[in-house]
Amino acid sequence: MGIKIGNAPFRDRVQEGIENDFMRGAVSSAQGRFRSGRLKAAEELGDWEDWRTLGEEIRSHTLQNLDFYLEQLSEQVSKRGGKVFFAQTAEEANEYIQNVVKKKEAKKIVKSKSMVTEEIGLNETLERAGAEVVETDLGEWILQMDEDPPSHIVTPALHKNKEQIRETFASKKGYKNSDLPEELATFAREQLRKEFLSADVGITGCNFAVAESGAVTFVTNEGNARLVTALPETQISVMGMERLVPTWEELDVMVSLLTRAAVGQKLTSYVTSITGTKQEDEVDGPEDYHLVIVDNGRSRILGTEFQSALHCIRCAACINVCPVYRHVGGHSYGSVYPGPIGAVLTPLLDGYEDHKDLPYASTLCAACTEACPVKIPLHEHLVRHREIIVEKEKKSPKSERMMMDGFAKWGSHPAAYKLSTKMARKALKPWTKDDVIQDGPGPLKGWTDVRDFPAPSEQTFRAWFKTRQKGGRS
Amino acid sequence: MKVSLFITCLCDVMASDVGKDTVEILERFGCEVDFPESQTCCGQPAYNSGYVTKAKESMKQMMKAFKESEYVVSPSGSCVAMLHEYAHLFKDDSEWREVAQELADKSYELTQFLVDVLGVEDVGATFPGKVTYHRSCHMTRLLGVTEAPFKLLKNVKGLELIDLPLCEDCCGFGGTFAVKHSSISEQMVKEKTEHVVETGADYVIGGDMGCLMNIGGRLSRDDRQVTALHITKILNSH
Repeated sequence: MGIKIGNAPFRDRVQEGIENDFMRGAVSSAQGRFRSGRLKAAEELGDWEDWRTLGEEIRSHTLQNLDFYLEQLSEQVSKRGGKVFFAQTAEEANEYIQNVVKKKEAKKIVKSKSMVTEEIGLNETLERAGAEVVETDLGEWILQMDEDPPSHIVTPALHKNKEQIRETFASKKGYKNSDLPEELATFAREQLRKEFLSADVGITGCNFAVAESGAVTFVTNEGNARLVTALPETQISVMGMERLVPTWEELDVMVSLLTRAAVGQKLTSYVTSITGTKQEDEVDGPEDYHLVIVDNGRSRILGTEFQSALHCIRCAACINVCPVYRHVGGHSYGSVYPGPIGAVLTPLLDGYEDHKDLPYASTLCAACTEACPVKIPLHEHLVRHREIIVEKEKKSPKSERMMMDGFAKWGSHPAAYKLSTKMARKALKPWTKDDVIQDGPGPLKGWTDVRDFPAPSEQTFRAWFKTRQKGGRS
Repeated sequence: MKVSLFITCLCDVMASDVGKDTVEILERFGCEVDFPESQTCCGQPAYNSGYVTKAKESMKQMMKAFKESEYVVSPSGSCVAMLHEYAHLFKDDSEWREVAQELADKSYELTQFLVDVLGVEDVGATFPGKVTYHRSCHMTRLLGVTEAPFKLLKNVKGLELIDLPLCEDCCGFGGTFAVKHSSISEQMVKEKTEHVVETGADYVIGGDMGCLMNIGGRLSRDDRQVTALHITKILNSH
């Protein structure tokens, strides 16, 4: 599928989201849980702002020295018997992984949750090559059965409820029990256990790779990444090229920030690391290990004003506080990366052509920037995108450009400005009834379609100020 | 103390009472208020839409208008946050860099000015009624003014302040967003006004006219018996 999901125009996607009452109910209650969880976890930690600063510094340092740390990581993984492949594009990554799978004559592949493999569309590639790919994260497994893309980067099936999940299990897997979460989970566990045991290859994403040791680390609550990495003899980890930390010490800080910011947990139930292949003195470990480091547009972001977007640790805190996401849901963004970070990252990775609406899908309320555990100035990045769309790409509508030409003249010529403010009430008079405008003309229509617009004041402030007696009302 | 009022284009045209109340409040605390006539708009509508070059034309006019001012005070957190941003936007422009920084340093939102500069927490106002407060996003998150309005409201006689559920969520105004994405904006303002009504307050008050026009416009459309008021109205009531 790749980073872009669906071909419907942005407005249609948004409308579909708005009309999906069930999804909106699920999103708002999940947002409520995640928000209070994050705030509570931050409070327990105490100096949350200091932690954020530390997180930002670690990410910024790592990105500034990315070549060094990538080389170190690569050396360490190779030293431990792993093979490292740098993929410049999604196609290169997919081709490499496909070749590994083919060489192993693998029939079944188990996967733990990974956004970067969603981004490059890995599953489709492997399925086309004849392998069976089984997602083992519960949410991803449900979505895979329904052929539905994720709507959230941490809880991908957020938009589905237990009744829908029961139906999916029943129609796709012959499930016969109720929609009690415990029963559903027990069934999923039984089904997935069989998959783990019969898989030939395990594919994982990567939360953070530790450069000094070559350990690729995953945080999960279901423990599925542990089973994916522990059972099949052949292992492949896929990581975005920015997802690493220098040492275990920084990993500690980043995992602390990630789990708290994401779900309000001090720590997830499982933190799993895989470091190359089984060594001579070890009792277990993979026979064959591959680390695929994916660029896919990331290096283009390095050194630009958007570099801090690569600081993202995929915690979804920005998504959980976003009031736009709240009402339109994840699929409206048309990208595997939804919400504020998706609106920033998607045009950077996949261009403006298909995603130019995303930077405008925000009121610039800055809730995202406030929530980000690594201090990415998300709302400022959105304004920068708008600037590029308008001034460099010249993709803004002509009517808007004309209006903004008018704005510049208005704002820079006080006499014209003054005259227009004086005329406003009169100009809007034909549409005004009882001091209210309910069906405004031109650009006002978008406003009055959904709310009333007040009639301008009878006298402008500046007119009043000029004639008033000091200390008096008039 | 000499204070120049930055009225904001919205208050100048749409809500001149906000300006009148602001002037009277400032004068009550000994400020000598002037109104530089050549002021226009802070440039935010163009800036936030991506028209940075166009926005700068308006911004330069604003810097000229307030060049001689000692303090610039405005009844809008959002517009003052924009003025503060000038320092960053003109940092590489040798002609405007200094004046941009000066304007940023001397500009205050009204409640911020009263509490932080004048040291006033009790303006001596009386306003009998139940109110809830909408903390606007730019005022709180960009300008960092979170406590000042509450300190002032706490001392208003007769006023009962009721917490607004989910007060951290944007009302859906977002400048041109309200028009450009009116369907999303509608859902946001709908939820916001439902929370306002839920409080049982007679008034929803705030420090930014854009948000108040949005919330008030939706309350009016739905025939709700709650009035949206700018905080200056409360602070200038006796």
